[in-house]
Amino acid sequence: MDTHQENFHHALKFQYDLCIGCAHCTEICPTAAIHIEGGLPVLNPNRCIDCGRCYSACPVSAIYVEQDDFQTIYDYKTPVALVPTIFFAQFPEKIEHDSILAALHYLGFKFVYEVEESVGVLKHIMNEKLMNGDCDKPVISSFCPAIVRLIQVKFPSLVNNIMLVKPPLDLTSLHIKKHLVENCGILNEEIGIFYVAPCPAKIAAIKSPVGEDKSSVTGVINMNYLYNKVLRIIKQGTELPALQNDHRNVMTRRNLLWALSGGEIALLKEGRNLAIDEVHNVSAFLEKIENEDIDNIDFLEVRACDQSCAGGILCANNRFLTVERQKQRAAHSPVRVSKKFNELIQNFDYLADNSKVGKVQPRSMDKLDNDRAVAMQKMEKAFKINKFLPQVDCRICGYQTCKEFSFAVTNGVIGLKSCIFVQRLLNENNGISADERAELAKKTWGVQKLDINNIPDDLL
Amino acid sequence: MLLEYQVNGGDFTNAGSVSSNVKKMMRQLGVDSSVVKRTVVALYEAEVNIVAHAYRGVITVDLQPDKIYIKLADEGPGIADISQAMQEGYSTASVAVREMGFGAGMGLPNIKANSDILNVNSVVGKGTTVEITNNF
Ligand SMILES: Nc1ncnc2c1ncn2[C@@H]1O[C@H](COP(=O)(O)OP(=O)(O)OP(=O)(O)O)[C@@H](O)[C@H]1O
Ligand SMILES: [Mg+2]
Repeated sequence: MDTHQENFHHALKFQYDLCIGCAHCTEICPTAAIHIEGGLPVLNPNRCIDCGRCYSACPVSAIYVEQDDFQTIYDYKTPVALVPTIFFAQFPEKIEHDSILAALHYLGFKFVYEVEESVGVLKHIMNEKLMNGDCDKPVISSFCPAIVRLIQVKFPSLVNNIMLVKPPLDLTSLHIKKHLVENCGILNEEIGIFYVAPCPAKIAAIKSPVGEDKSSVTGVINMNYLYNKVLRIIKQGTELPALQNDHRNVMTRRNLLWALSGGEIALLKEGRNLAIDEVHNVSAFLEKIENEDIDNIDFLEVRACDQSCAGGILCANNRFLTVERQKQRAAHSPVRVSKKFNELIQNFDYLADNSKVGKVQPRSMDKLDNDRAVAMQKMEKAFKINKFLPQVDCRICGYQTCKEFSFAVTNGVIGLKSCIFVQRLLNENNGISADERAELAKKTWGVQKLDINNIPDDLL
Repeated sequence: MLLEYQVNGGDFTNAGSVSSNVKKMMRQLGVDSSVVKRTVVALYEAEVNIVAHAYRGVITVDLQPDKIYIKLADEGPGIADISQAMQEGYSTASVAVREMGFGAGMGLPNIKANSDILNVNSVVGKGTTVEITNNF
C-alpha cells in the first residue's frame, strides 16, 4: 500500500451534522475521491487533491476548511502577515490599499508582506532552470499544490516533469525571516509568519509539504475569514494606526500578474509555453501530454482554479471582478523597480540557493492490488460488471460513475444489487425482496432520506 | 484479458483514445511506469499509422499479468518494402502532409525502439498487421 498515506494531509473536512447527503460533492470530484455511504460522504484520502471543487459544489456549506486559530498570531512577539496580492483585490475599489494595511496592523501584525514580492527573484531562478534543461519536457509548474497532487495520483509518469522550485510563498517567507533577524534585530523565535490562504490546497501543502520536510510558514489564515474581519474594521470606522515602520517593497506589474492565469508564462524568456486553468481542463490536457499526443511544448502553467488564484474557494469575491481589479493595480504599477525599492533582490543568492525542493513521488491511485495476478483478476471482474451496467452514472449506488461502482463491487465493499437498474431486473422471485431493496437504499442514503413519514399524506 | 477497438482511417481526432485506455489498465495492474510509457508510445504511433495510411483497422489488446500483446490489423494499401519503411526518415507522405507536421518517417522506428518484440506483416493492396509485445 501507499507509504506516503500518513503524511497526506487534507485541509477539507466534512461537517456531518450539516451534510444533507445530496452527493453533489461526489459528482464534481476530479479524482472520484468521494462516495456516499449511510447518507454521508466518505473521502478516499489517497485520491483527494484538496482542489476544493466539493466545497464550492456543496449547497449547505457542510465542508469546511481547516485553519489555524487566529489567536495563535498573538503567541508571537512579531507576527507577520504574508498576504497574496489578490487579497487586496477582493475589496471594493473605494477602500484604499493603505487602509487594508492599517487594518492588518490594527489586528496585531507587526509586518505585512505580499507573497509575490519574490516573483522577480523567482523569474530568474525559473529561467535558469529551464535553460539548464534538468527536467523532462514539458516542464510543469509546481506552483499550484492541487495540480502537483493531481499529477502524483493521476499522472504518475509526469512527476519528473514538475519543476522543483519553491513557490513565491516560501521564497518570500525565507526572505522575511532572514531580513528581520539580520536587519531588524528581531529574534528568530519571536517571528511568526502567517500565510493568508486563498485555497485549501495551499493549506494542505503547508501542513504536509510535498518534496520538503517542513514549511517555512508558521501558520495559515483563511483568506475569507480575514477579509471579513478587515472589512468590518474599516466599515465600522475604527481608528487605525498610522503606517510608519512598514517596509514598502514596490510591486512590479509582473509580480502582480503572477497569480492570474498566464502570469507565470509571461515571465519566461523563451519557448513554447502554455497556461491552463481549472482542474478538469488541466486533467484533460495532461492526459494528452502523457500519451505523447502533444509534443514540442516547453513549459506548462497549470492551475486548479478557473481564473487561477482569483478563483480560489476562500476568495470572498467574484473571481472576474478580482481579476479586473488586480489588472487595474498592475496597470498602475511600474514595469521594473530598482534594487532599493525591493529588499528581496539583496537576498537573491540566498533565495536562489534555497529555492530547490525535493523530488515529487508518484502515488498512483489506479493500482488495484500489489499482486499483479490479483490485480488482473480484479480488473477482469470489474470489466465484466461494468459492461452490463447502464453507464447512466446516476449515483443512486453512491458512487460517481458506473465504472467506479464496478470497482467497489469487485473490492467487495458494496453488492451488485445496490444498482437501481439491477434491482429493476430482479423481483421477489429471482433474488430481491421489497424489504431488501429498502435496506440497500438506506445503506447508501441513510435512514432519514428513506422515511416514508417525510412525505406529507396529502401529497401521496 | 482481451479487448478490441475499431479505428477509422482519416480520423485523427480520436487517435490516441486506445492508448489512453491501455495506459489506464496497465496502471491498474501496477506495471512499471517506464514500461507503460514505452507501450503507450509504440501503440500510439501504430494507431496513427492506421489513421494516416490505411482505410480501417482493428486493434486487439491482450493484457496478461506479465506481458501485453497488441495486434493492429488494418485494411489498406499495405507496405511493399517493410525493411525500407522501418528506416528512420523514410516516409511516403506527400509534401502537404509533411507541412502539417506528419511524415517524419519516425513512426515505425519509434515503435521498434519501444517494443520488446515487433512483427510487421503486409500484403500490398490488402493491408498491414503490426504486432507489439512488451514484457513487464
Ligand atoms: N498501416 C500502414 N499502412 C500502409 N502503409 C504504412 C502503414 N504504416 C506505415 N506505412 C508506410 O510506411 C512509411 C513509414 O511509416 P512511419 O510511421 O515510419 O512514418 P510516417 O507515418 O510516414 O511518418 P511519421 O510516423 O513520422 O509521422 C509510411 O510513410 C507509409 O508509407
Ligand atoms: Mg507514422
